[in-house]
Amino acid sequence: MAIKLTVNGQSTTVDAPNDMPLLWALRDVLHLRGTKFGCGIAQCGACTVHVNGTAVRSCITPVGTVAAKSVTTIEGLSADGSHPVQQAWEEIDVAQCGYCQAGQMMSAAALLAKTPKPTDQEIDSALNGNLCRCGTYLRIRKAVHKAAELATNASTKKAVQTAAR
Amino acid sequence: MKAINRRSFLRVSALGAGGVLLSLYMEPEAKAQGRGGPPAPPPNPNVYIKVAADGTVTIMAKNPEVGQGVKMMLPMLVAEELDVDWKSVKIEQADFDDTRYAAQSAGGSTSTPNNWIPMRQAGAAGRAMFITAAAQTWGVAEAGLTAASGRVTNPASGKSLGYGELAAKVATLPMPELGTLKMKNPADYRIIGHTQPQREARNIVTGKPIFCIDTELPGMKYATFEKCGVFGGKVVSANLDEIKKMAGVVNAFIVDRPPVTDTVIPGDPGLESGIAIIADTWWHAQQARKKLVVKWDEGPRATHSSAAYVAKAEELSKAAPQRTLRLDGDIDAGFKASAKVVEAAYSYPFISHAPLEPQNCTAQFKDGKLEIWSNSQIPGNGRRVTALATGLAEKDITIHMVRGGGGFGRRLTNDYMAEAGYIAKEAGVPVKLLWSREDDMQHDYYRPGGFQYLKAGLDASGKVVAWHNHFVGYGDGDRFVSSGAIGPTEFPQRFVPNYQLQASVQQLGIRTGALRAPTSNAFAFVFHSFLDELAHAAGKDPVQFRLDLLSSGVPTAAVENGRPTGLDANRMKAVVQLAAEMSGWGKKTLPKGTAMGTAFHFSHLGYFAETAEVRVDANNKIKVNKVWVAADVGSQIINPGAAENICQGAIIDGMSELMGQEITVDKGRIVQGNYDKHTMVRLSQAPAEIEVRFLKTDFPPTGLGEPALPPVLPAIANAIFAATGKRVRQLPISKAGYSWA
Repeated sequence: MAIKLTVNGQSTTVDAPNDMPLLWALRDVLHLRGTKFGCGIAQCGACTVHVNGTAVRSCITPVGTVAAKSVTTIEGLSADGSHPVQQAWEEIDVAQCGYCQAGQMMSAAALLAKTPKPTDQEIDSALNGNLCRCGTYLRIRKAVHKAAELATNASTKKAVQTAAR
Repeated sequence: MKAINRRSFLRVSALGAGGVLLSLYMEPEAKAQGRGGPPAPPPNPNVYIKVAADGTVTIMAKNPEVGQGVKMMLPMLVAEELDVDWKSVKIEQADFDDTRYAAQSAGGSTSTPNNWIPMRQAGAAGRAMFITAAAQTWGVAEAGLTAASGRVTNPASGKSLGYGELAAKVATLPMPELGTLKMKNPADYRIIGHTQPQREARNIVTGKPIFCIDTELPGMKYATFEKCGVFGGKVVSANLDEIKKMAGVVNAFIVDRPPVTDTVIPGDPGLESGIAIIADTWWHAQQARKKLVVKWDEGPRATHSSAAYVAKAEELSKAAPQRTLRLDGDIDAGFKASAKVVEAAYSYPFISHAPLEPQNCTAQFKDGKLEIWSNSQIPGNGRRVTALATGLAEKDITIHMVRGGGGFGRRLTNDYMAEAGYIAKEAGVPVKLLWSREDDMQHDYYRPGGFQYLKAGLDASGKVVAWHNHFVGYGDGDRFVSSGAIGPTEFPQRFVPNYQLQASVQQLGIRTGALRAPTSNAFAFVFHSFLDELAHAAGKDPVQFRLDLLSSGVPTAAVENGRPTGLDANRMKAVVQLAAEMSGWGKKTLPKGTAMGTAFHFSHLGYFAETAEVRVDANNKIKVNKVWVAADVGSQIINPGAAENICQGAIIDGMSELMGQEITVDKGRIVQGNYDKHTMVRLSQAPAEIEVRFLKTDFPPTGLGEPALPPVLPAIANAIFAATGKRVRQLPISKAGYSWA
């Protein structure tokens, strides 16, 4: 079945059954492998992507339900790794094995889009569905705060530039 | 402890286009220690350093990277002494190739102690040769020349030459003797001891397909492999005709080779009986798998259950122990002379490794040769089991080493590589075999469970004068199962005058293997919880009690095969004191229901003492407020940022084992299948702070990935006792009604 959706800003047609989880449509059909498989039952969050801006677990999201919607994966978070979350994750060198981090970052990016200055508690609750087997949680918390700071600085700069024009 | 000083030497050869190649050979451990006859020259180098004519330095990373940071650490050692800029050093992942590299594996926290000296020697030798080459070029003495940032400079003339310009000349020079090289004063380090972020960070944050599971080949198909839930069970028949007709399925077949017994790798069954389904996507293969109707011959293990194991352990504990592993002093006299005797029974379950990237392997069979992409922690063993499974010669199997999403010891066994190799060969198409999380959790090599029945005697002054342990574990024939043995020198042996260790085993129906800090991850909980009981029974402060115990025996352990058989009491006392100092032990007034607990453990040559501050509420909900980690892993922390990250992760990992992890068996099958039933700590449950400090001592650097973990379990359990007066003697503590706040 041909399902039309937008992935990372590009309209795409996926030839897959409606009930195929979005995770496998991304990985095995569209060959976008940044989104990871960890559990298959929405327990670990490694497969987190955005559907119309909301963080969802792609392993339990049938691809048919995202027809005509906009899907963002880690590959589409920015064109060049410049999203504040990516910058913060790199700067703080969060990862050990790195396998869960795409999912962590997608949850963090969705949080910051709605809550630009999250508290520790807000971070905990937004990222509690993302397991890190290596236990990098302290750096994850730190990186979300850092990303918030980078995003605020960037938007302040933008506002200043706009005002100067 | 003396430095582990293996014989090592360098070879130098010319590279194309004016470059030079330095190859470092290290003696295998057994030979360096004089066992197995006179040392033969090592056949293959452990590291290759290339300096191209344009000055680019490339260091081959030969070991598997599963998140432990070895891909950074080893090149840092070379680059420091070679005197090149870290930023200009390229690191290339090597394939598995035993015609070019010595032992390629990841495990046992061995990379640091084994490589600390030879890797720096290799760098220093390179630097010395570049200086010699420059001196010859300029016709001046070597003495006045300096090297820095990949250039040799003559301060007298102001001339300088880059290493690239000197490379061709270096290729013609004789090698300096490694033992004579002067290495840097640590105060002058510019790379070692300075945090170097991991090179893969950009690839990780942008979602590049760098993990093994991301491997794709032209024409590749996706495979699942259904095995019997009972270990050793076999397929009798299956509805393959129906399966083959399902959407997306390209092939399905029964794998039923006679079991191959490989005495070289005990415990690794290689290829087991099962059903392979190959499809256009992995999801199609899994959908078809759901429709499988299989008749199994479950074999003799189908009657095994955890309930029966527990009952049998109880029975064994009451019978005379089957064997005595150690007796020091006179145990009966020790108990007779005791003013107080404390007895307690401790137990811990089987647990699963569950690395986040499920087991997977991609394989392609073409023109009689098999090519494999693997995240194995020990690909050499994988090649052997794959050769046995496929009937191919080892020389016809190539293994590419791809980054693993965690390892924790699971990828030290290569069952999934044998499966992928066999399936690809049978199917005639490139295949990515992927296990589901349930496959992974139900076909693991589990951390062995066990039971320890402890009895200790205290004299009138509160000193431990007798210690008896009846260790009730699991056996495979008359051996202990893999990672299920207890050693005769386990602490507190040497520190208690009358010490007896006895053991009994029962036969096990599931596989076991090494999990991060094998044996220590369970034993630390037992010994340090029990020591805490003794401290309280003696009416002493738990830190002081431990310091007194460490002061009461033979301070240093015997050395066997170049390694100490136990801890050095003075090193341990120093970290115990540091952990107490960091946490403000005994100096803080904590609110009711909040308390501290402490523990230490020596493993993998590392000294760790950890203190936890824990709050327990009326509903037995636990919050770990903070953990302090004090460590002595020698004179130098090579990559401090990575070391801190790994230690903090070890605390979180230990907390998961403490609270939520237990594998049980029913009718020979594993009950738990996913992270909902075998849980890990989540972000909200992680402590707000984990403070890590390293005591720098005069000992050579050793590893820390494993030894950082064991003490945190008893530290938290002891804090729970201090807060509530309730002692937990069984893991996971969720069985006693505790949960995270």
